[in-house]
Amino acid sequence: MTATTSAQAEASTPPGAPPADAMPAIAPPTPGRPSTVVPAVDQPSRAAESRPRVRPGGLRDTDWMALVGALTSSAGLTWLLFERFAPFTGLVGWVFVAWTLFIGVYAVLVSLDENSQAVRDRAAAVIIHSLAFLVLIALVFAMTYVLSRGVDALKHLNFLSQDMSVTLPTDPLDKGGILHGAVATVEQIAICLVITVPLGLTCAVFLNEIPGGYTRFVRTIVEAMTALPSVVAGLFIFSTYILTFGRPKSGFAAAMALSIMMLPIIIRAADVVLRLVPGNLREASYALGSGRWRTVWHVVLPTARSGLATAIILGTARGIGETSPVLLTAGLSPQVNANPLDGPQPSLPLLAFNFYGYPQESMHTRAFGAAAVLLTLVLGLFITARTIGGRAAGDLSARQRRRAAGRSTADARRFIARARGQLSIGDVPAGGGGVGLLMHRMRSGEAPPAAPPSVSPPASAPPSYAQPQIPSTSEEPER
Amino acid sequence: MEVPPEAPPTPSPTAVPEAWQIPDERPRVRPGDSPGTGDRIFLGLSIGSGTLVLVIMGLVGAFLGYRAFEALSDAGFDFLTVQAWEPSTHHFGIAAVLFGTVLIGLTAVIVAVPLAIGTALYISEYAPRRLQRTFVSLVDLMAAVPSVVYGLWGAFFLQGHVIDISRFVSKYFGWFPPFSVNDTDGRVDPDNPLSSPTVYTSSTFIAGLVVGMMITPIVSSIMREAFMQAPPGEREGAYALGATRWGMIRAVVLPYGRGGMIGGTMLGLGRALGETIAVYMIISPVFTIQWHVLQNGAISVSSLIALRYGESQGLALSALFAAGFALFLMTLVVNFVASTIVARSRSGAGSEA
Repeated sequence: MTATTSAQAEASTPPGAPPADAMPAIAPPTPGRPSTVVPAVDQPSRAAESRPRVRPGGLRDTDWMALVGALTSSAGLTWLLFERFAPFTGLVGWVFVAWTLFIGVYAVLVSLDENSQAVRDRAAAVIIHSLAFLVLIALVFAMTYVLSRGVDALKHLNFLSQDMSVTLPTDPLDKGGILHGAVATVEQIAICLVITVPLGLTCAVFLNEIPGGYTRFVRTIVEAMTALPSVVAGLFIFSTYILTFGRPKSGFAAAMALSIMMLPIIIRAADVVLRLVPGNLREASYALGSGRWRTVWHVVLPTARSGLATAIILGTARGIGETSPVLLTAGLSPQVNANPLDGPQPSLPLLAFNFYGYPQESMHTRAFGAAAVLLTLVLGLFITARTIGGRAAGDLSARQRRRAAGRSTADARRFIARARGQLSIGDVPAGGGGVGLLMHRMRSGEAPPAAPPSVSPPASAPPSYAQPQIPSTSEEPER
Repeated sequence: MEVPPEAPPTPSPTAVPEAWQIPDERPRVRPGDSPGTGDRIFLGLSIGSGTLVLVIMGLVGAFLGYRAFEALSDAGFDFLTVQAWEPSTHHFGIAAVLFGTVLIGLTAVIVAVPLAIGTALYISEYAPRRLQRTFVSLVDLMAAVPSVVYGLWGAFFLQGHVIDISRFVSKYFGWFPPFSVNDTDGRVDPDNPLSSPTVYTSSTFIAGLVVGMMITPIVSSIMREAFMQAPPGEREGAYALGATRWGMIRAVVLPYGRGGMIGGTMLGLGRALGETIAVYMIISPVFTIQWHVLQNGAISVSSLIALRYGESQGLALSALFAAGFALFLMTLVVNFVASTIVARSRSGAGSEA
């Protein structure tokens, strides 16, 4: 506000022009003819032009000066505090104190040439940026820390090609590995997908396609179950499959526990994706006379395909890393067990957890190695999910668009061929051109050349009847 | 329109010429007709799958309750008030365990919520449009990182670096009871250089920090969704009235996102209550109500189960199921309330185009 008023004050009394001249600068009315009288405002605007133009998004000199100044001053103040005045120690404390001081100093610096609203705006921007940055740093740091410590184990190739059956915890890293864990993880996730993908997708389709009170109830339960503690899923399989049925701990039991944990995740993610399928696509399908089943199979699922794939892959990524359901149900063994139905089959996260419990340093390194392999798997799945998917329903890549266009061309060809089958050979318009020409004309919005002499109205009829309109086909090519 | 009677009937302008008409031999389907076989199978399958999911979820609760029955009838009301966990002497209860669980969950939420608000606001309001999707993916990735990875990181790296903070806080804010740190001999003197740093390890605070990092992405993504739904008209209105960006956020984005913020926080709390492995890897279990968050020793229901399930038989096992059942009910209530709040805040999102 202060800036604007001062600008106005400055503008109304330009230094060059005498004020008395500026005020009554009104266009002289032409005698005899009524005209609109416009107060001349262009004269004072000369003064406004002499000021630098203010761009709303631009960075002014004072902005970055305040930033740099605040940074330097807070770093210096923190150094003084830590080295000279107070007995503070530790990197985390240093960063925290420096950050707090930075915000304070920055606010003071900004307040020198801005009003209080701008000061609050700047301070909020700095705080929000630094919080987001902190989260990013923590994520990157946790991942690189685990990966870098895991590299020590992964340097030995036997880590991926051997199991722990003949390895003692005290053995160096060039003996033993996590092959049994890798086999178990792959098998358990495969079983898990066989269970969860059909069930989860069908349930998501149910939630979207069949509205009603029952659907709402199921959705509420599924949403509440999304955050079901994973240890509870493990406990459930432990109490049913292992205690009630008396079966031993096995990879299959672990896969079932994982399935119970993954099922709500996949259902919910797929539900969100299916909800984004445009309603008018569905309505168009119903309007063309297809039933529910055909609509779901040919319209809804293909439209949401990439999103559904993403949902499944992200669910898999969550399932791969879960430890606690596996802890209660898979059991521990040091050798490769390829049979998921019988005998203990510890997966990668369980191995990492188990190795962590040993006091030996080499076992800790193995734990980091297993966690690094797991993390790489999750990262790989994640990148796959983002590459193939991540598009909203109906948002097609260039290749998909071409393919869809090809399909609808083929359909149009089919319709025309079918229609042509009804015409006798002689009915085809003279000059031929056949289907291609027909299609071209239809696509370019022309009336179809369906005016063969035998079906066209007699010449005595008004000319407007000569070219009958076919509403649906002539509008279709607009896409 | 005058048509000579002897002329053949003229087609109306909109009629499809005879040659273009596809003869339809199929019986005409009217909307009220009973669905075809394919549709009937589809209906049955989809309703069946919904019911199956419902039954599975019901069975989880039912079986836990059934297994817990023995312990619950043995302990009676004491199950909620006793702190110790000695099923062999029929002296057990979840008072300490449940308290520890809630304390870790609250610490995690206190850590996660500011981070999540900052991240969500950054992505929805400050991040360049081109990078928005990348940041959303990064946050999703953070949610998919296995808990054992966070656990290893917390146990080996974070623990060593957090001790300084714990010592500092307990030294200057120890007058606030939850921040004081006690030894077996009484309050630890932080100034004593000989005092062992182990009193600060394996604490509720460190477990809460790690779990807070784990729940930040889920809380943040729910908040971001809510923030992004703030209507553009109101945003532009605020700008047009001269609001700064922060002014716009306070006046438009935050009020619109309030439901998402509350619901996301509660969903995060639900997650934090159930976290097992990372907590187990960091804490050293105690079976008394331990409200000194900075002090060594903590417990949660899920880590109790992970800790004791292997050595338990009979009543002890049933007691573990009872603890799991309590956790199940608690998270169910928290999640249910949270998803109701979130669903209400995004009313209209489910409507179709």
